[in-house]
Amino acid sequence: MFASCADPETLSGLSWLMCYLTTGKHLAFYGAFGTVLLLLAITAPVALLFGFGGAVAARSRFAPLSWLGRGYIAVVRGVPDIAFFLFFVIALDQGIEWLRHKAKCPDWDQPIRQGNDFIVCAEAKMPLSTSAQWVHEVYGFWLAVFTFALVFGAFAANVLFGAMRAVPRPQIETAEAYGMTRAQVFRRILVPQMWVYALPGLSNLWMVLIKASPLLFLLGVEDIVYWARELGSTKTPQFTDYPHGDWRMWYFLFLLVFYLGFTRISEIVLDRIMLRLSHGQETLANHKRTGPIGMNKAGPP
Amino acid sequence: MICYDTLMDYGLRSLGYGERLLPRSDFTLCQQFVLIGSGMIWNVYFGIVALLSGFALATALAVGKASASPWFRKPAEWVIFLFRGSPLFIQFFFAYFLFLSLKGQVPAFDALTSAWLGAAVVLFFNTAAYSGEIFYGALRSVPRGEVEAADAYGLSGWSKFRRVIWPTTLRLAWPAYTNEAIFLFHATTLVFFSGFPASRQQGDALYYASYFADKTFNPFVPYPILAGYFVLLTLVVIGVMGMIGRRLNRHLPSAAPRRARGFGLLMR
Repeated sequence: MFASCADPETLSGLSWLMCYLTTGKHLAFYGAFGTVLLLLAITAPVALLFGFGGAVAARSRFAPLSWLGRGYIAVVRGVPDIAFFLFFVIALDQGIEWLRHKAKCPDWDQPIRQGNDFIVCAEAKMPLSTSAQWVHEVYGFWLAVFTFALVFGAFAANVLFGAMRAVPRPQIETAEAYGMTRAQVFRRILVPQMWVYALPGLSNLWMVLIKASPLLFLLGVEDIVYWARELGSTKTPQFTDYPHGDWRMWYFLFLLVFYLGFTRISEIVLDRIMLRLSHGQETLANHKRTGPIGMNKAGPP
Repeated sequence: MICYDTLMDYGLRSLGYGERLLPRSDFTLCQQFVLIGSGMIWNVYFGIVALLSGFALATALAVGKASASPWFRKPAEWVIFLFRGSPLFIQFFFAYFLFLSLKGQVPAFDALTSAWLGAAVVLFFNTAAYSGEIFYGALRSVPRGEVEAADAYGLSGWSKFRRVIWPTTLRLAWPAYTNEAIFLFHATTLVFFSGFPASRQQGDALYYASYFADKTFNPFVPYPILAGYFVLLTLVVIGVMGMIGRRLNRHLPSAAPRRARGFGLLMR
């Protein structure tokens, strides 16, 4: 990157380190942090949307829809999330290719599953085998986003389902007494009031989501874990200008520190939001700040 | 029965007994059920070892964090922050490479680079930190009246803690602790995907499930089998923890403790 880095063998000490840390691969490593943040920024609202859909479905009076919502919540939460990630990446990919195959090659007569192979016509490949590398990467990233959203949507659905039930019953009854329809009660009373009850669960979920983001590695995205393993492994002088031993420990220590900082900042910000939202509200969160009743220091109030 | 032979061949494959080679083609449903089930031995092993050993450290961390002296409070706070604030996946990677370089210096660390010990150590610290935070929350919620009653009976120090504060803490923390146990068992699936090598293809349930999914390119059979096993395991964990919870609460009027619901289920 710098002109002085042209001949690394002459460098030593700090200037070597500076040149080492600004190689093209390291810049890709720093860029991968952007990928992780982008994933979180997109996944969080989409998962919230999925969660809202799931919660509304689970509350539905129409029994099959309610079963669907409850089933979604129960199944995704009952199984390790990593299993879902490994499953959905293949399952979604095959599902999309199968649909495209049905649409684009109607006169294909061979079976799609032949023994251990999954074969669709060339036009149905997703993305097309002729497309550029970046198309493959973007496609992989969107599969990852969808998988994350689906899994965390179930957790969000559980939180929102609980929050909707936590809205005081008299509020709903008052609205009904005013002659509002079920849809009006839902839109004007239930949804605006549930957020305060949902926030503790949702902020917890955000922390869980942050801590699940390194699993991107398992979805085949070139993320920070991929680069840390790649860059940290032993480098011999034949293949690189910057030979070094096994530094993977230090790279992962760096990731560890990054995540500690990220979760700490999130915690502080979320606490602030909670404080603001629950201002003047008679909720558990307000009680908590003053400490549980039994723990207050004895003495006159 | 054909499946009986498969069970004999692969039932303990994850521990290294039975057939050496994994099936390579013509995978039967039976093989997938048996091998993935065999892998569950590792998940159960990691879960139980970490849960039992982590319980002791968790209690110490909770007491330490509630302590007035900074000499106890600060270390406990830091351990909890360190392991709760970072992803378990990164912790596994870091620990594995740390053990690997320690092994380079001191050969005595050899065992730590294999999954059975190294991963168990990471899981032990991780679950201790999460449960420590749960116990700390419960410790702070012990009703003041109970502590005053203990004082009135002349209990103090260790016997006050042992007979009054600790049992009440456990009672309060139990629903959340049950969730932590469930999450811990789910987290054990990360072990063989995060650095720790599966020597001679002796892996856990997810390791075999992904083996089958890679070989057959069909995720719709092995992963649902894995999911089924985990739902069963979760039910067993809920059952056992519920039994302990009922025993903890046996003197109370409504003996059945409320099952954790809603927010409670999301401790991680």
